[in-house]
Amino acid sequence: MSGAESSRTVVIEEVSKFYGDVLGVHRASLEFRPGITSLVGPNGSGKSTLMNIIAGLMRPCTGRVVALGLQPTEPEAYFRQIGYCAQFDSFPKGMSGLEFVASYLRVRGLSREEAYRQANRALARIGMEAVAERKVAAYSKGMRQRVKLAQAIAHEPKILILDEPLNGLDPMARAEAMELFREFADQSRLVLISSHILHEVDQISDRVVMMNGGYVVADGGIADVRSDIPEQAMQILIRCTDPSFLASRMFELDHVVEARLQEDGKGLLIRTRDADRFFLSLNRSVLEHGLEVESVEPADESVSAVYEYLIGFDGRLE
Amino acid sequence: MKSIAALAPARTMLGHQLAGIFQIEVARTLRGGRTLFACLLAALPITLFAARLVLPAHPHFLQNAGEITGLFAILFQTFFLRLLIFFGCVALFMGSFRGEIAEKTLHYYLLCPIRREALVAGKFLSGTVAATAIFGSSVGLSYLLIFASPPGLLESYVLNGPGKWHLLAYLLVTAMACAGYGALFLTLGLFFRNPIIPAAVVLGWESINFLLPSFLKKISIVYYLDSLCPVPISQGPIAILSEPAPFWIAAPGLLAVTVVLLLIASLRLRSGRVEL
Repeated sequence: MSGAESSRTVVIEEVSKFYGDVLGVHRASLEFRPGITSLVGPNGSGKSTLMNIIAGLMRPCTGRVVALGLQPTEPEAYFRQIGYCAQFDSFPKGMSGLEFVASYLRVRGLSREEAYRQANRALARIGMEAVAERKVAAYSKGMRQRVKLAQAIAHEPKILILDEPLNGLDPMARAEAMELFREFADQSRLVLISSHILHEVDQISDRVVMMNGGYVVADGGIADVRSDIPEQAMQILIRCTDPSFLASRMFELDHVVEARLQEDGKGLLIRTRDADRFFLSLNRSVLEHGLEVESVEPADESVSAVYEYLIGFDGRLE
Repeated sequence: MKSIAALAPARTMLGHQLAGIFQIEVARTLRGGRTLFACLLAALPITLFAARLVLPAHPHFLQNAGEITGLFAILFQTFFLRLLIFFGCVALFMGSFRGEIAEKTLHYYLLCPIRREALVAGKFLSGTVAATAIFGSSVGLSYLLIFASPPGLLESYVLNGPGKWHLLAYLLVTAMACAGYGALFLTLGLFFRNPIIPAAVVLGWESINFLLPSFLKKISIVYYLDSLCPVPISQGPIAILSEPAPFWIAAPGLLAVTVVLLLIASLRLRSGRVEL
């Protein structure tokens, strides 16, 4: 990897972490680039351990982490680049939201004036300026979650690590937070998110890393991850003028295992073991019989579907 | 984006960092149950000495400066140093890191680009200032109260006599005790999940110090603190006697032990083996 490239990526190599005899993460090797990457997996899958290791809060038993060319053994340089929002709903006692954000900016080396200026800016960015002077202890859960986000972004980090950042947020605040993450990613920063709200992970992620039992079980764009599971028949939703007729034609194909009409009578859900052959057959049917097709789209290229295929919902998220 | 590193030269930045730690620690200290416990301990002797002033006493009890000086010396070395300041420092310093681990707030500090030595120093100094203020006030007020009776003694012995130098020495020893025990308990808090057990072991070791042979006496904090006290006391008939350490060894020695303990704490933090 070139120097310029290594200064933009986070690389973890053969990272393992054990808590006594309990496995946290086993031989994880990943490379993260700017954009939004989501870590998905059931409780105890190793997401938080991996995040803590990347954040430099935990040292792996084996392997190493290099973020933007730096290692966590150099805290003075490493932590300048990291913003981290932990899953814990915990704060130092006796502080207002503004004091909380500003005082840790001072520990980062800023003067009092600059710390308060940046803290005010970060709190305004997440819509907390009106309650900035109120004690954190008097905040609602959603407010506490947002003030943690403000603390994580206040120093404009290049790497933003967010452990369940959408927990406790109302729908409006969630949308705003996701917009903020996208804004960060669009500025060529690296955003690493763990979340159990799969449809939101779907909306915001450029890439997904799935974990189970301490192992990385899938990694990539969601479409790529889905196509790497050939044993699961692919689901395709077709909206067209005569779905019943199309269903009868599709049943003749040996790779189609299911064809189900949608309730509104205008759609057809197909499950096929060979997507390429299916699309060729579909094209042929459409041309031969003059069907008008409104849309053709994969129905299971979602984090939720892939999660179910790889991990199963008995490893329920929460 | 403005680079934080570019904002201030290293020394100024360290000043800002320590000021930030002070701001957080003061807020924590003022609202901590541990601080309340330390304040209650510190209030105990003040209450007792104040009560002595208003309650009727035996007419021949503690009537001259020599008797009172001797009594205060015994109280200081046994009650203040070995109990009040010891347990006060357990309360104030054991929670310095361990309390934050329990409250799950330590990561806010650990994620800051600050030298771990500076983080340890900031927390230690905040704790030492608080402990010295609490127990220094206790020692000072107790000293003044014990000499407030019989009338005139406070003025003649303390304000205009040698008592003021004794008081100054006791305050200095109090500050050094807070620093020494503070560094010890702050460091133990980084190694032990339940710090009560090591604190009990240290208490046992410090308590039997007078029974230990000379070379073992020196592996303690209380030996150096006793050596710095202005009025020596009898260690009792079964004590193994040894020469007190001279000032030029006791004071720098205690400071050196404090620095070594803080360096161990810094290394522990730097090792990344502190659980969150």
